[in-house]
Formats: sequence, structure tokens, C-alpha cells
Amino acid sequence: MNRAITRLFALLVVLFGLLVAFTSRWTVFSATALDKNPLNKLSIYASWEVKRGQILADNGQVLARSVPARGGLWSRSYPFGSLFSQTVGYSNIQFNQAAGLESTYASQLAGTVHSNVSSVFGPLSRSTKGNDLYTTLDPKLQQLARKLLAGRVGSVVAIVPQTGAIKVMYSNPVNNPNNPFACKLVIDNVGCQENLATQGQLPPGSTFKIVTTTAALNTGKFTPQSLLRGPSPLIVSGRPLHNDGDVSYGPTSLTKALTYSINTIYAQVGQRVGPALMSEYMKRFGFYSTPPLDYPAQQMMASGERLNGKLILPTSPYVDIGRMSIGQDKLTVTPLQMAMVVATVANGGTLMAPRLATKVVNPLGQVVESFPPKVYNHVMAPRIAAEIGQMMTKVVEEGTGQAANLQGLYAAGKTGTAQTGGYKNGLELDDAWFVGFPVKDPQIAVAVTLENIQLGYGGTYAAPIAAQIMKAYLAELK
Amino acid sequence: MRARNRELFGLLPAALLITAGFAAVFIQESGKLSNASLVLGAIFLGLCLACHIFIRVTLPYADPYIFPLVAVLACFGLVMIYRIAGAAEARRQAQWFVLGLVLFAGTIALFRDYRKLENYRYLIVIASLVFLILPRVPGLAYATQTQTYGAYLEIHLGPLTFQPTEFSKIGLVLFLASYLRDYRQALVGRRKILGYRVPSLKHLGPMLLLWGLAMLILVFLRDVGSSLMFYGALLAIVYIATQRISFVLIGVLAFALGAWFLVTHIQHIDARVQTWLHPFSPKLYTAYGGSFQIANGLFGQAAGGLFGQGFGQAMLTAPGSGFPIIPLPDTDMIYAVITDELGLFGSSALLLIYLLLVARGFKAAILSRDSFSKLLAAGLASVLAIQVFVIVGGVTLVIPFTGVTLPFISYGGSSILANFVLIALILLVSDRARRPSRA
Repeated sequence: MNRAITRLFALLVVLFGLLVAFTSRWTVFSATALDKNPLNKLSIYASWEVKRGQILADNGQVLARSVPARGGLWSRSYPFGSLFSQTVGYSNIQFNQAAGLESTYASQLAGTVHSNVSSVFGPLSRSTKGNDLYTTLDPKLQQLARKLLAGRVGSVVAIVPQTGAIKVMYSNPVNNPNNPFACKLVIDNVGCQENLATQGQLPPGSTFKIVTTTAALNTGKFTPQSLLRGPSPLIVSGRPLHNDGDVSYGPTSLTKALTYSINTIYAQVGQRVGPALMSEYMKRFGFYSTPPLDYPAQQMMASGERLNGKLILPTSPYVDIGRMSIGQDKLTVTPLQMAMVVATVANGGTLMAPRLATKVVNPLGQVVESFPPKVYNHVMAPRIAAEIGQMMTKVVEEGTGQAANLQGLYAAGKTGTAQTGGYKNGLELDDAWFVGFPVKDPQIAVAVTLENIQLGYGGTYAAPIAAQIMKAYLAELK
Repeated sequence: MRARNRELFGLLPAALLITAGFAAVFIQESGKLSNASLVLGAIFLGLCLACHIFIRVTLPYADPYIFPLVAVLACFGLVMIYRIAGAAEARRQAQWFVLGLVLFAGTIALFRDYRKLENYRYLIVIASLVFLILPRVPGLAYATQTQTYGAYLEIHLGPLTFQPTEFSKIGLVLFLASYLRDYRQALVGRRKILGYRVPSLKHLGPMLLLWGLAMLILVFLRDVGSSLMFYGALLAIVYIATQRISFVLIGVLAFALGAWFLVTHIQHIDARVQTWLHPFSPKLYTAYGGSFQIANGLFGQAAGGLFGQGFGQAMLTAPGSGFPIIPLPDTDMIYAVITDELGLFGSSALLLIYLLLVARGFKAAILSRDSFSKLLAAGLASVLAIQVFVIVGGVTLVIPFTGVTLPFISYGGSSILANFVLIALILLVSDRARRPSRA
């Protein structure tokens, strides 16, 4: 019997080894992943016991501060109310939830900086006063964006092309972060709990032609002077495709095709570039990945072709490459993604990772963590970016984007008018887009979209808003 | 050094642990430092000493490491309960320890010759089975709304709640040890069919019948954790008695079939399996009786890391709303709290202590000279080990989570009383085994 007893004990040792192995798995090997699991609220809970730091705008104005709550805890107050409800977000004791920067930087604000070492060894200390978070956000421009949207469902995103700093990220509808769960409002399928700028799945319309142009020029398959015919209709994937106003064009240069947003020419360009290269260039711009923004992943959507909600590449047989190249088919994007596209052109072909935070400063005034600009991708050669910038200048000077042609601004841009498929009072409903930047002083890149506008030409509705934002920002710099 | 003196020195770690532990909790909850709490620790150590003297007198040859190991576990458990649930619950737990030690002494005094328990084996097994049914008896049963996570585990006797399965496990091991001592040869069998020795149905029958009944009751009580524990103990004892691995394999196969049946037919068990497979599914996380408890147990373990956050640092309720983050932190989930506060090192040390205790139980079995003693000591040690495996394995996701107590550490009277009886029996076996023969 003794041999059996020894063997049984050996088995029990193995079983206990299994217990230690699994405990190691949770405490060490998967600890970082578990700490970051969105269901894990421990760091947010811990932050309520601490007087967290402030969240500050680029000019030092306070966007969020801690105020004493019952039981020795600290809750949050947001002086700007709903203006920054999407970007700054909220941290709410009553509902056990946090969103936006409040969620991304919860541990920094609470003063418990997680490094890989400390997460393995357990927090070495818990502070009682948190760090301040400095952001890139510009309250004046943000207010201007709200004013120009005038309550319409839509979004404004403005990025500094050279650094990726986000100056404006405002979307309607908004909620009040001081009482975030009171809002149940849903307008045109957009709820006030979501951030249209990062979560919206909108057809980009002709603004996507910038991506198609990039692929066409950077691969050397086309030049701005390449001539193509633009009949209307043109049969694309077995169905007729029309130009705006059903106008047919003879041999036309690519520059002119962009200026007047000629669909049938761009569908051919996309077809000739082909799905593999279109796929490659879209990925370079950041399509098909969650945006590299310091923002909660569950509040961001990747842009790209979608079938039944799942991303599919342009190489998929379900994709109509011709229509995708003009921003139709099943292609949906976020306003943030289109802002990244235009910022790339403005920055000579290099896409900087967009970001909201600049630095974390401790109560002693020392910089604990800083977030310098980071290159996300070299999308195209500087020469190509300059050519596309010239083409986009024509759009504003003589094409569809003339409404952005303010005196002294020298804007370059691209309009988009995407049919949503809906109708109101017999008129088709469109998403109106404009993306652009001031070509002589490219220090800001802007994407504007307005949703479900009757006959909503991007050039008519979105371009003036973008122009105002660019002008106001350049005026601030002087 | 003589065995009993080694035992006395062995109590030193327990003394240090309880002093350091209480001190740590005090420092954490500064201002709560009270004489009453320190006295609690002192009394507890005094009791351990008294028990040691009792063992010195009654069981001079018993294994000297078993009692100190139990004392370390009990002291550690008391500190954890004090930290998690506060002084009042720690005091109640300490009272259970006192009762447990009395029962421990009583068992030793009453069954100096534990082999006379064999005469009552059918009485014991029937009593154990009756114990198992008790939670379903109307009037004794816990009101349905407090039915613990879908299982019927507890009975109410006036102000007391009581978990009878804790005692049944001892009774069933006693019965099996005795029965298999008599029939293990017969069980191995002489007849061969296709070269395989087949046990005679006559001797296998009653045992299978009893175990079938026990399993049925467990399914009926829906206490899968205890069922797993009993089944594991059965296989362990049968293996030691017959040394036939094929019996174990057949047993595991039968269990797999049974488990498949349970998962597909009992919703409560299926839910457990689903939360085991997908603890972080947002849908299961928010579902009633879903993975909230287990997922937060894992988050707590992750927060602990290698060395833990320290005593009193684990976050058990949300600040402000007081919303529980880890439900049942003092019973089912206590291992997660221990890992959170003491880290991988602390919880591994704890598992090592259990393993040492089990090893001493097995040592007693190996040194024993008769089959009954061997089977009894090995069976009791196995059932203890399997109980630890079932609950810790559940909390760490090795197996689906089922609520059994962590012996000597979880809060709960029945568990403490029963496990002290279990230890008393192992010590009795050990004393007889190590007694120098007179010849």
C-alpha cells in the first residue's frame, strides 16, 4: 500500500503545482493584461480615495478638478460642462464608471503610476495627491466649433499636423459630464453617450479621394497631369455610376478630376491602382486599426470597409473597389481618421500619431511623464504630398470647396457629399464633409462633418466651418 | 530533540505570525488598536499551548509537525478574517476555534483506540448520508432566497447555521477505510475476463450503491464542490486499497460522463462552466450569478503581483457606494484576497503549508502497521488536499468555481469543527504508528 500512498502524494504535489502555476499566471504573467481589462475598475475605485490632479487645457484653463465628496472621497467637477464631455470624459463615483481621458489616465491622475515593475511587485506606495494632466485641447477653438455646428449632429476635429496634437475634438450630441447618465438623447442614431469623432461610422464620400490620389501618385502609376475620360454613367462592377449632375467629361487631368470631384474618373483610378495597393495605402493612413490615440479603446472605432459590422480588406471579393475609391461602397470612417488623412498631406506625407495629453506633472511641479510627438507612419514622399496639396488648393480656388476660400487663408481642401440613403420631404439626406488645411502655413488640419443634411453638399455646409476654425487658429498663433 | 519539544518549538511561527499579522492590521487601520483585539491573539496562543500540553499527555508519540502546521493555518486565517470582516466576526471565528479545540480534545480522549470506530461503520455511513440530506429538510433548510449560489449547503438550528457536508466527508472516509480494509482483496477480484481482473459484484455493489446515493444527494443538493471532493476521496482510497490504476481511470471516465450530464442538464452547473470558460465576457460579467465574482477575484490577484499589496490593502468594496467588489471575501473567495494582499509568494507559502500538512498525514499512513489505519490517515489527508484543490482551483480558474471552504482559514463554524476532528483522527493514527513496540 505504501507505494500507492507515495504515488498518490506525487499526484497531489502535481495538482498543487498546478495551483501555484495558475496563481502565477494571474499575479505575474497576465497581471498587466488584467490591470488593463476594461471590466477591471480597481484603479478607478482607488482614484476616488485620492485628491486627483486637474486636467488642463493648452492655455492652462482647468477642464476637470477634484471636489470633496461624502465619506472622505473625492468626486470630479467639470467647469466647462458639456464642452469637453467626449474628450475629457468623466469619472463618476455613483455609477462606478469612467470615460475619456479620465479613464485613460486614471492612474496618473490618482498618482499611482503603473510601470511594469510595480505591477509585478504590487504598488509600492499609494499617494494621497494626484498628478495634473496637461492636454493639447484649445478651449477657444472648441467653443468656436460648438458655435459653428449650431446644435446640428456632426463633428469637428483639428490636429496640428507636425505634432499630432489635437486642438479640437467636438461632436454633437453631447452630454453633461457633471451628470453623465442623465442624458438618454439619441439624434439620428447617434447617442449622447458616444463620441461621434472617434466612434462614428460614417461614409466619407469624396474626401476619401485624397487616399486614392495618394496611392495613385506615390506608386508612380499616375501624375496630377494624367488624362482620363469621365463618362457619366460609367458601368462599375456591373452597375452604372454617375457624376454629380450627370455631367460627362472628355480627357481630363487628375488635378481637374479632384477639383470637380469627378466620380467616374476616380473609380477608374482606384480600379487601376488595384485592391492590394489601396489596402496598403489605407493601412498606412491608419485605416483598419484602432486609432493610435491616448483614449479608451472601447470609445474608438477602426475605419475601413465593413460587412455585417466586421472589417473586411479591399482585397475581399465583397468589396467594389471602384466605388470604394470614391468613398462609397461599404466604407465607413471616423472624423478622426479623415483628420489624420489631411494632416498627413499637410505634414509632407508623414502621419504623426494623434494625441491629447502632453505631460503629467506631480504636485511638486516636476514633470513625471511627457508625451513627445511620435511618427505613426511615413505615408508618402514629401514631393507627392506637395503635389496633392496643390491639387487640393485648386479644389478651394475654383472647385467644389470655394466656400472655404477666405481672404488671406489660402486653404487647401476636399469636399465630400455622402448619400446616407435616407430622404426627408422628398430630398435626399447627405453627410456633408470637408477636410482641409492652410497650404501656405500648414499648422492645422481640420475635418468637419455634418450628418443628414438635406442635399447637404460638403462644399456648402462643412467647408465654411473648417475655414473659420483654420483662420481662428492661425490668428491665435500670431 | 524529543518529538513533543519539536512540536512546542513548531508553535513559534504561529505565535510570530499572529503577532505580526494583528500588528499589520492595526497599523493599516490606525486608531483601531484596542486591547481587546490584542487579548484575542494572546488567548488564542494560550489555547494552542494548552492543546500542545494535552497532546503531550495523551499522544506522546504523535507526529510533532501536524499540530503546529494547523496552528499556523488557524492563526493566519484568524488574522485574515479580522482584516476582512472586522473584530466581531473574528471573535466569532475565535469562538469556533475554541469549540473546535474542545472537539479535538474530545475526539482524542474518546477514541484513544480509534479502531473501535470500525464497529459503527454502517451507523457512521448512514449518519453521514442523513447529514447530507438535512439541508433539504423543510424547517431546517435555509430560506430559498439565501440559498448559497444555487446550492443547498446549510441548515438552520435556531441562531446557528451549519454545513453538514463538512462532517459527512469524515464519516464517509471512515466507512470507506473500514469497508475496504475488509474487502480490498475481493475488490481486486480473482476472475479474469479478457485478461482483466474483475471485482466481484457482491463486494463492489454496496460501495457503489452508497456512493451512487451520495452523488445523487449531492446533485439533489446541487453542491458540486463537495461532490467533487467526495468523489476524489473515493478514488484516492480505492486506489490505495487496490493499487489498481484502472479503477481510477474507470472512475475518472465515469465522472467525465456524469459531469457532461450535469453540465447539459442542470442550469446552475452549466452557468458555472460558462463563467469558467469566459470569465471576462461582458455579458456573463453583468449576468445575475455570472462571472462578476470570479473575474474580480482574478483582478484582485493581478493587483497582488509577486509580493502583494500588504495586509489591509486589498480593495473589497467600492469607495462611496460600498458596492462589493469581491463577494464572499471571507469564505469562498478568501484565497483571492490572500493573493491580493500577500502576492504570489504569500499564497504559494500557504499552499506549501497545506502540502506539508498532507505530507505528514501520508507519513502517518505509511508508518502505520494495519490497513485500516493506513487507509484512514491517507483518506483523511487526501480529502483535505482535494478540498484545498477544489476551492483554490476554482478561484484561480484551474477548474470551474464551486464553493467549498478553505480549511482552517475560511470563516465558518462547521468547517473548523469538522477539520479539527479530521486532524485529531490523523494524530491518533500517527500516535499508534509511532509508538515503539513493546516486544
